[in-house]
Order: sequence, then structure tokens, then C-alpha cells
Amino acid sequence: MSTFLGMPYAPRGVGHLRGEQPFPVAARAALADTQLRRNLGRATTTIRAKRAAVVAELPDWEELRAAGEAIKRHTLAHLDRYLEQLEDQVTARGGTVHWARDANEANRIVTGLVRGTGATEVVKVKSIVTDEIGLNEALAGAGITAHETDLAELIVQLGHDRPSHILVPAIHLGRAEIREIFLREMGDVDPGLTDAPAALAEAARLHLRRRFLSARVGISGANFAVAETGTLCVVESEGNGRMCLTLPGTLITVMGIEKVIPSWRDLEVFLQLLPRSSTGERMNPYTSMWTGVTPGDGPQRFHLVLLDNGRTAALADPAGRQALHCIRCSACLNVCPVYERTGGHAYGSVYPGPIGAVLSPQLTGVADNASLPYASSLCGACYDACPVRIDIPSLLVHLRARHVEEAARARRVPSAEAVAMAAASWVMASPARYAAAQRAGRAGRALGRGGRIRRLPPPLSAWTAARDAPAPPAQTFREWWRRERGDTDGTAG
Amino acid sequence: MRIALFVTCLVDGLFPQVGQATVRLLERLGHEVTFPGAQTCCGQMHTNTGYLRGALPLVRRYADVFEDCELVVVPSGSCTGSVRHQHAMVARRFGDEALARRAEAVAARTYELSELLVDVLGVEDVGAYYPHRVTYHPTCHSLRLLRAGDRPLRLLRKVAGIDLVELPDAEVCCGFGGTFAIKNGAVSTAMLADKMRSVLATGAEMCTAGDSSCLMHIGGGLSRLNAGTATVHLAEILAATQDSP
Repeated sequence: MSTFLGMPYAPRGVGHLRGEQPFPVAARAALADTQLRRNLGRATTTIRAKRAAVVAELPDWEELRAAGEAIKRHTLAHLDRYLEQLEDQVTARGGTVHWARDANEANRIVTGLVRGTGATEVVKVKSIVTDEIGLNEALAGAGITAHETDLAELIVQLGHDRPSHILVPAIHLGRAEIREIFLREMGDVDPGLTDAPAALAEAARLHLRRRFLSARVGISGANFAVAETGTLCVVESEGNGRMCLTLPGTLITVMGIEKVIPSWRDLEVFLQLLPRSSTGERMNPYTSMWTGVTPGDGPQRFHLVLLDNGRTAALADPAGRQALHCIRCSACLNVCPVYERTGGHAYGSVYPGPIGAVLSPQLTGVADNASLPYASSLCGACYDACPVRIDIPSLLVHLRARHVEEAARARRVPSAEAVAMAAASWVMASPARYAAAQRAGRAGRALGRGGRIRRLPPPLSAWTAARDAPAPPAQTFREWWRRERGDTDGTAG
Repeated sequence: MRIALFVTCLVDGLFPQVGQATVRLLERLGHEVTFPGAQTCCGQMHTNTGYLRGALPLVRRYADVFEDCELVVVPSGSCTGSVRHQHAMVARRFGDEALARRAEAVAARTYELSELLVDVLGVEDVGAYYPHRVTYHPTCHSLRLLRAGDRPLRLLRKVAGIDLVELPDAEVCCGFGGTFAIKNGAVSTAMLADKMRSVLATGAEMCTAGDSSCLMHIGGGLSRLNAGTATVHLAEILAATQDSP
């Protein structure tokens, strides 16, 4: 049995790691949204094909995956050492490092830093971790406006919406909807705007240019942080990130502690794995790296906020910790048949899809995201696609087991499901009881007509809502065997 | 060869014809089939629903029943996957290293039907005759847990009279997923709808696979729609001959 060290989880009441509804309920609403289904189906099909093509180009793809996994496992095993090395190097090169136990602490630190500059506006690079902690809301509470500059994040922000995909936050929206959002919310937009992709991109470009040129503070996340030199790395497609990372006088980077890697040599592995897995490109258009502060070039004040927010709790679970290997490529979302049909909002967390189903419950504690580990048919497509070989199906089963164990401890009376499972185990632990149960189950033949059953009582009614069930046969296999071949080795019955 | 049949609880209780076909097929190929009567269930439902303690006695029972057998055949990719990839894990979770070792040893001699035929018995043409239009769905656990690859298709291509048609988006899950089909019934059904769309697009009379569980799901949906296409287990096709269809 695993022991947990009692590390704190991500706190409630701040950020976006918990949904308002359990997954099956939220999923039902999403499944009925025909526009969403069509958008997701088209987008994930396209990106799956692109990814498959560029992955097939590399003869050493499996070796790269194994290397990525090994680097991450090694780093997490020595996380204390690499984080302190990172802190030393960033500090030595003119940056300031802050340690944040959780979302509230990180928000307090960042808000204080922005206030200290006197700025009332900040520009942001696309960053999931700042969304995880609800930074924009915290800044707004302090009278500071955060402007998202990634095109899809901008669309989501202007639409008062939530991101639904790690890489493509507005994957759930069509271009007609995006045009409407721009016309309604942008203020400075040409009223003759069409929904042609180039026109929409140009409108966003003009809108953002003013923000970039006037911004005094930029806020980013990080894809990687190289411990040996204190270098931060952000990869992106649009170039907005490069603007935010170079133009403002002050740069604040918020980074989960699991993002550190030991050396530049390790980047070689991840910069091959990440773009091919995420956008299906050989290389992403912009890779920005910065090391502390360079006098006269770029931001002159650099702050790095290292965030825990439940990561140490995940690290304390030997089986669960591999979820921290994730490099946020979103390949698992794109191949997941569940995600493809429900979209990201149904998961209730900034981390949707298969990786979200194993990461979110570990950051919040399983009880706060108890439906997520069950939001999978365990088909295994995610494991095959993962560039760092996270065994998501096994992790899902592990988290289901944690949930069952924790629920059993928390309840005085076991749930109906726990009782049924215990009974089934007791029956199947004995061939005699099992054969007796089969005979009893044959009463189910009365429900059948033409070999099929159209309606079963709850909870099996969830099956017969859309599917017929087979009626039990006149004789089971073991009865047939005994009749034909005689008793073998003690089939009691 | 002497081959022990682990028939699986689902086939035993609901689809005995699949177990009978497996016996008929292997005996026709000249092998001796035994059925250790003390077998019950691999425990996958317990494990995958999070009730690992409930799976533990079933893991022990599987090792007890089959550890003296030279070869074990299972007409299910999913149950074979559970024996191979979960039994030792379940034992270790409860600190039973001795059971974990026994589970690993017996798992190494446990084969899904198409693996047994192609890899162990070295046969692809089993002398079957099945004059129907058929499409093959590679179930997720055969495909991604066992890496059974094209073994079932190699067997099917050698069947006389068969009109084998390719299933579009074959590698996508049908939405069964054990208790997933109950706990997330709506998503499961949405996945099933797409799988049925693919199956029906082939114009096949029969959709086949190596798992009765997935077939129960796909077949249950097709039957509800009276779609005119049914499901049949791979073993039943391979067991069919001109004399005994």
C-alpha cells in the first residue's frame, strides 16, 4: 500500500482545477452541442494526421520518448537539487526567484510585483499555469488588467469563456463565433470584419500591437527551465510570446516546479518531442530563451515564481508522480475518443483530457476531482501518443483505487457499488458459489425475447438505455463442458 | 499440445458458443484442450473500477488454477491483458511478492487466441470456411496492451469463402470500457454511435473481434437499431467449416 506524506493539495476557492459538475453530467451537455462536436471532430482529426506524419519521419522516435521519460524521472528524483541550482543560477545572473507554496501565495507575489512597478496593465504569454492559479482574476482584484496576447487565449478572454484545450484553447469555437466576439468586445475593430481566418488574425494583430508597445510588465509561464545556467525557455507559434518576453521592462515568469530540466543537452530531446507531438510540426516557429537580465537588452527586471500548488503531493505518490513528467503537448487530448466527443470544459479543470484526468485529481486531492479518473474507457491511445511515455491508463486505474480506498475510509456505510463489488469478489473467489450465481442469473432469461434484453433495472439500465443486452443462454460453458466431457478437476456446482 | 482453456466469466455465463468454438477449433488442429473447472474470473472488472482488494482473491485463484498448465488460451484480448499487465501489480499493491512472481510466471504462458495460433502453434490457415461479408474491429486491449497487431487479420484472410472488408477508423475504441459503459453511459454511447457508423459503412453482415465484451457492446447497439448487421467472435469464424458451419 502506498503511504502519503500529507503534502498539501492545491487550495479550494482559487484557480481553475475543479469543475462545478461531475464529469458525466458536464459531458452530457457537451455531447448535445452539435457545433462543438463538429469542431472537435475536425480539429482533432487534422492534428492527429499531422502528428502521425511527422512522428513517422523520425527513425529514433521511440528512443527519444524513452530519453524524455528518463530525463524527467531523473529530474523529479533529484528535484530539490535542481531547483536550488536553478535558483542559484537565476540569482547569479540578475534575476529574482520567489517560492510559492500554492495558488494564493503565487497570486500574492505576482500582484505585489506588478503593483511595485506602478503598472495597471500587463501583457501575458499563453500560460496554463497562470490560469491554473487564477492569476488574471487575482490581478483584476488588485485593479490590474491582464491582456492575453496568444490569439486563442485572446478569443477566450474576450468571449468571457474558458480554455478547452491545452494547446488550442479556443478549439470549441468556430470562426463565425470568433467574428461575433471580436465585433462585440474588441472596441477598436473594423465593423466590416469578415470571418475569413486572415481577416480575424489581422484584427487581433492590430488590437494586440498597441498593447505590446505600451506594456511595462510581461507575464509568462515556461516550457522548460535549464538548471545548469538558469535559462528559461518558451516555445510558441505566433511571435506574441517573443514580444511579451522582450519589450516590457519587467518580466515575471510563473513556473510549476516540475518544469526544471538539468542541462541544455536535455533540451535537445524535448525540443524534438514537443513540437512534433503538439502542433505536428518539425519545429515550432518561435523558441525564446533568456538567462537572468542582460543590461541594455530586454527586460531589466526578471522575477521567477516557482509554484508547488499540489505538485509535491503528486510527487509523494510513487505511482502517481509520473503525471508530473507531462510537457503539455496535448497529443493525448487529440487522440482521446472521450475528449474528442466532450471537449475540455467537461473536465472542469485547466488540464483536460487524459493527462488532466490523472493530473488534476493529484493536484487537488482525488476527492475533489473524483469523477475524472473514471472519464476514460482505458483504450490506451493516450499512452501510445505520449512523448514522455506516461502510462496514463495505469495511472487512471491507480487513481480509481485511491478513490475507492479513500471513500471507504471516509464513509461509515459502504456505497452500493462497494457492496456489489465485494459480493462479486466473494462469489467469484469460489467456483461453487460462482456456478450457483450463474444458475440464479439464468432467471434473467425471463427478461429476454429472441435472445436479447431491452430493459434492465438500475444501475444496468444505463446499459439498456441505448444497447440491448444478451439474455443468459440455456446452459453455461461449464455446464456444457461437464455434460459433454464429464467433470474435470473438481468443478463443484 | 495440451492447452488449458481460461474461458473468461463473460464467455462462460453469456457467450458459451465462443468457448465451444475455441475448443472445436483447437481440437480440429490436433490439440488437447482441458478446462480446469476451478477457474472463475480474471478480476479485471474489480481492478479497473478501483476495487483492487476485490481483485486479489481472483488473481490468486488464477495462479492456483493455471500454474501447472503448460499453455493457457483465452478467447479475449482484454482478459489476457489483465492477466499479463495487472495481476502482478495487484499482488504487489498488497505486498504479496510471492504471488506477484507466481502471477508473472503463469502470465508468461497465457495467450490470447490469435497469439496462440500464430505465435505458438505457428498456424495461419486453420481450415475454416465462412461465406459471409465480415469486418474486423481490433479491440483496444488486443491492439495496445497485447500488441496483437495483424495476427487476427492474418487468420481471417486465410478463411475460405470470407469477404473481408476493412473497417474505417478501426483503431478507435468502441466505447465499452467495462464499467465506463455504465458510469459514463452518454459518452460511451456517443463512441458506440461512431463505431456503428463505421461498421455499417462497410456493408458487412458480421462484425468480428477477439473480445466478447466489445462485441456485446457493438452488437447490443446494432441489435437495438435492428441494423441488419450482427457480431460474431473471431473463434466462431475460425471454428466454422463447410461440414460444420
